[in-house]
Amino acid sequence: MQVPSHFEYERAADVEQVLALLARYGPEARVVAGGHSLLPMMKLRLAAPDALIDINDVSELSYIRVERDELLIGTLVRHAELLDSPVAAEHFPIFREAERVIADPLVRNRGTVGGSLCQADPSEDLSAAFAAVRASAVIRNAEGSRTVPLREFHVGPYETVVGDGELLTEFRVPIKPGGSSAYEKVGRRAGDWALAAAGAAIWLDGGNVADVGIGLTAVGAAHFVAAEAEEYLRGRPADDESFAQAGRIAAEHCRPTADQRGPVDYKRHLAGELTTRALRRAAERART
Amino acid sequence: MTETPQHHGFGSMRRKEDARFIRGRGTFVDDIKLPGMLHGAILHSPHAHARILSVDTGAAEAHPKVKAVITGEVLAAMGLAWMPTLSGDVQAVLATDKVRFQGQEVAFVIAEDHYSARDAIELINVEYDALPVVSDARTAMDEEAPVIRDDLEGRTDNHIFDWEAGDRARTDEVFAGADVVLSQDMLYPRVHPAPLETCGIVADMDKVTGKLTVWATTQAPHAHRTLYALVTGLPEHKIRVISPDIGGGFGNKVGIYPGYVCSIVGSIVTGKPVKWMEDRSENLMTTSFARDYHMSGSIAATRDGKVLGVRVTTLADHGAFNGTAQPTKFPAGFFHVFTGSYDMQAAHCEVTGVYTNKAPGGVAYACSFRITEAVYLVERLIDLLAAELDVDPAELRLKNLLQPEQFPYTCATGWEYDSGDYATTLRLALDMAGYDALRKEQAEKRARGELMGIGISFFTEAVGAGPRKHMDIMGLGMADGAELRVHPTGKAVLRISVQSQGQGHETTFAQIVAEELGIPADDVEVVHGDTDQTPFGLGTYGSRSTPVSGAATAVVTRKVRERARLVAGAMLEADPGDLEWDAGRWFVRGDRTSGVTIQQIAMAAHGDLELPEGVEGHLDATTVYNPPNLTFPYGAYICVVDVDAGTGKVSVQRFIAVDDCGVRINPMIVEGQVHGGLADGIGMALMQVMAFDEQGNHLGASFMDYLLPTSMECPSWELGATVTPSPHHPLGAKGVGESATVGSPAAVVNAVVDALKPYGVRHADMPLTPANVWRTIQGSPFRTDLAIT
Ligand SMILES: Cc1cc2nc3c(=O)[nH]c(=O)nc-3n(C[C@H](O)[C@H](O)[C@H](O)COP(=O)(O)OP(=O)(O)OC[C@H]3O[C@@H](n4cnc5c(N)ncnc54)[C@H](O)[C@@H]3O)c2cc1C
Repeated sequence: MQVPSHFEYERAADVEQVLALLARYGPEARVVAGGHSLLPMMKLRLAAPDALIDINDVSELSYIRVERDELLIGTLVRHAELLDSPVAAEHFPIFREAERVIADPLVRNRGTVGGSLCQADPSEDLSAAFAAVRASAVIRNAEGSRTVPLREFHVGPYETVVGDGELLTEFRVPIKPGGSSAYEKVGRRAGDWALAAAGAAIWLDGGNVADVGIGLTAVGAAHFVAAEAEEYLRGRPADDESFAQAGRIAAEHCRPTADQRGPVDYKRHLAGELTTRALRRAAERART
Repeated sequence: MTETPQHHGFGSMRRKEDARFIRGRGTFVDDIKLPGMLHGAILHSPHAHARILSVDTGAAEAHPKVKAVITGEVLAAMGLAWMPTLSGDVQAVLATDKVRFQGQEVAFVIAEDHYSARDAIELINVEYDALPVVSDARTAMDEEAPVIRDDLEGRTDNHIFDWEAGDRARTDEVFAGADVVLSQDMLYPRVHPAPLETCGIVADMDKVTGKLTVWATTQAPHAHRTLYALVTGLPEHKIRVISPDIGGGFGNKVGIYPGYVCSIVGSIVTGKPVKWMEDRSENLMTTSFARDYHMSGSIAATRDGKVLGVRVTTLADHGAFNGTAQPTKFPAGFFHVFTGSYDMQAAHCEVTGVYTNKAPGGVAYACSFRITEAVYLVERLIDLLAAELDVDPAELRLKNLLQPEQFPYTCATGWEYDSGDYATTLRLALDMAGYDALRKEQAEKRARGELMGIGISFFTEAVGAGPRKHMDIMGLGMADGAELRVHPTGKAVLRISVQSQGQGHETTFAQIVAEELGIPADDVEVVHGDTDQTPFGLGTYGSRSTPVSGAATAVVTRKVRERARLVAGAMLEADPGDLEWDAGRWFVRGDRTSGVTIQQIAMAAHGDLELPEGVEGHLDATTVYNPPNLTFPYGAYICVVDVDAGTGKVSVQRFIAVDDCGVRINPMIVEGQVHGGLADGIGMALMQVMAFDEQGNHLGASFMDYLLPTSMECPSWELGATVTPSPHHPLGAKGVGESATVGSPAAVVNAVVDALKPYGVRHADMPLTPANVWRTIQGSPFRTDLAIT
């Protein structure tokens, strides 16, 4: 059995207490949510925080609901809850499709949406999904709260704008009519991390693309976004030809690295192929 | 599956052992907790090849909970720094001079608890001087390759052995005269059996009695005891090896690992029991891997599809120490059954073993001593030939399969196949698959631009090692003992030397006794896995339990039955020669109402019945079974896949498996074994590999990188059976534990290659990951055993 090195453990009951404990323990303290990223790293001794602040009892962070024209998702929502949420699926089928292929039921029962985004793994699926739908993140600290567009949330691999002493509390996704979304991922088997994955959200204006968001993961796309492909598509006919071209552009602009999951040319190809497929399905849905 | 609590004899019945497993009440090594027990942890080398300059254990020893730190130097002083391997080599227990693979054991910390032991590992400071690395077996024999085993006198290269089988001249002749000769390089990559339970031990040296007791994850408790006796000088009766419940073995738990030796030494040094249990990465990085065969195969045939011969040269990567576990006379295991299921005139193989900077091992993962590699080779070659001649691969196989009247059949490399009716088995599989309809569906899909593939594998296994005159492991013959004791009330205890790691021995072996003695299987207790309680034998691997110990059980039960006949004669006042046996009773021939049951006989054998001169009391018996030959189970497997050309993703749609393992004792258990093996095959064919980069870094050292298949990748298996008894096994049974693992990878690969036919693909190496398949379609496959760049 792999075992972590020594750490202190605190359990918080509400957001105020989390922030107080983070302040007390300082920068070497870590929030633990589902623990499915943090604990494996601690067991492998890649992480050795002095203290864990457990937020699993902070039930005020666990909700999915629509308020005005936004879908709100609390940071402590489990993967399984987002997967099963009718409200989320009604507005953004991309979430259900992405969640279905994240890890396995055991991890999904425990792992949280906020934990996934804060982990900021370069192959993380929800980063692509949230980037596609142009979500923003709400971050709390001792002074108050701030809202950051998802496309500015990641600073680099495993790095986000959430600073020491801060807590991510919520995601907000703007709801606009006339659109839909889809997610496409390829792994080596069920529960595998993505070799590449693409999420697309598209809004149609008649036969044309009114607006579009394309998220990419595991292929080194800046901020998990295929910005050039989005740019290309806006205002063009929502047809196979445009989507194929958007795929080519997405492939060209991402920067995958080779590892045992695949060489660069394959991942680049896959980024394009999956972008095209996701766009096609999202548009099909938007039309019906 | 219906449950029959009072089960007599053969047939599907639920496993007796499952009552404790499904309640979480099994006792595995890690469940053993002894008073005062200490915990060990190993420091592993981060380098694949480096000289050790110094090992500083001061800070670790100063840790308040640390009891001892053992280094190579400490062991060297005891003469234990090196231990013999199962292939006549030596292996470092803890490194003294150099480390030779990434993950090699360097120091062993013993502490009051597991956490402290692990913490103290980080306090040890080792200075290394990194050396050039051999991580690609194909460069091991290069002029400039560093010499890995400079510990061995006079070593100037990384060569271990050359070995050949078959008739080279005759094979050359046959090839020269053939219409068609095809060649293909193929890699069977390094994979790992990855049992759910990793390896571990609790060692307890009792200084008062002088007796060493070890609870260990071992598939061969008796062989381990003998090796410990030879290495430590302790007599066998002062060593007790207990193999409690074992969570999967697959060959991973045949050998002795450094952690075992360190724990035993640790218990001797501290006077306390010491537990050491590997974590997952340690298991994947250091314990016995499987395969790693680089094969160049050729097949010769006539223009009309008659196979004439097969030959192969193989480069075998054995890692840094030659620790392969196999019968000693066979350095390439049973690889030379590579003529497979086909009638051919000649065959020849050459195998060259080399050292590399990787972990030792080589025979594991249910391979039947490398028959996996052999089957893969010949089944790929047959498909290549079918493609070349443009004939259906099923048809080509039917044309070349051995015919029933050819058995017993001696193949071109000398194996004597016991029995078979191959075509019947293949035809059944084709029928179950609806083969013609599948080919039609494939043609339709191809016309639409979709990729569908159908792959066949027909395998013959050679299991049940083995006849003493041919097979031993380090001088220990491969015969198995069995003891059967029948209590006065007719309940029985069977003691066997083989040890279950999930195969269901407690049920199957009870059923053998039940069948032969006519008593309920629930009246038979099977004792195994404890050297103090069981007769000698070489353990469970190579699908040998039923062929060898199953036979021993049948023989010993028949001995009991014959004793019972004598006692029954006395009870019935009849000549024992006039008695007949029927389902648990001896009766006077012609008078079925006259009989006495085995229970009545057992009571009488322990009672005051006057026994005839020369007849001992009781019914107990013992035996040793030396198999006259191996058994040769076989099967026909058909795999159907879809391939997404845009992503390279393979999905297995159907898998039809018809196995002939002779007489089936418990068909449900047989099917369970087949299910597991088929999943293994999908794992190997599609996702599993341990690759290494140029520095010798292990690129599959966790379950994130070394993938096991899940139910999502496995279709609902479609199983069938034919029954062709083994003529020399007392029950007509053959082994089946490894059949599906041996037979299935070729079916999956053949299916994928078949799917890629429109792209002119002839071959692709495992694992057929999406990236590999896509690159193969592009015509630029990469080597799957190296880092992908
Ligand atoms: C076997 C396995 C397979 C997986 N497969 C996939 C996959 O296919 N795709 C995929 O995308 N992911 C995958 N994951 C990752 C999984 O989605 C994440 O591990 C997990 O859900 C992260 O959430 P968590 O709640 O467990 O985070 P934790 O492990 O608790 O935390 C992760 C990090 O986020 C920080 N953190 C958590 N919550 C907050 C907060 N509210 N504010 C500030 N910081 C916070 C923690 O301090 C920590 O640094 C897999 C994980 C496993 C174990």
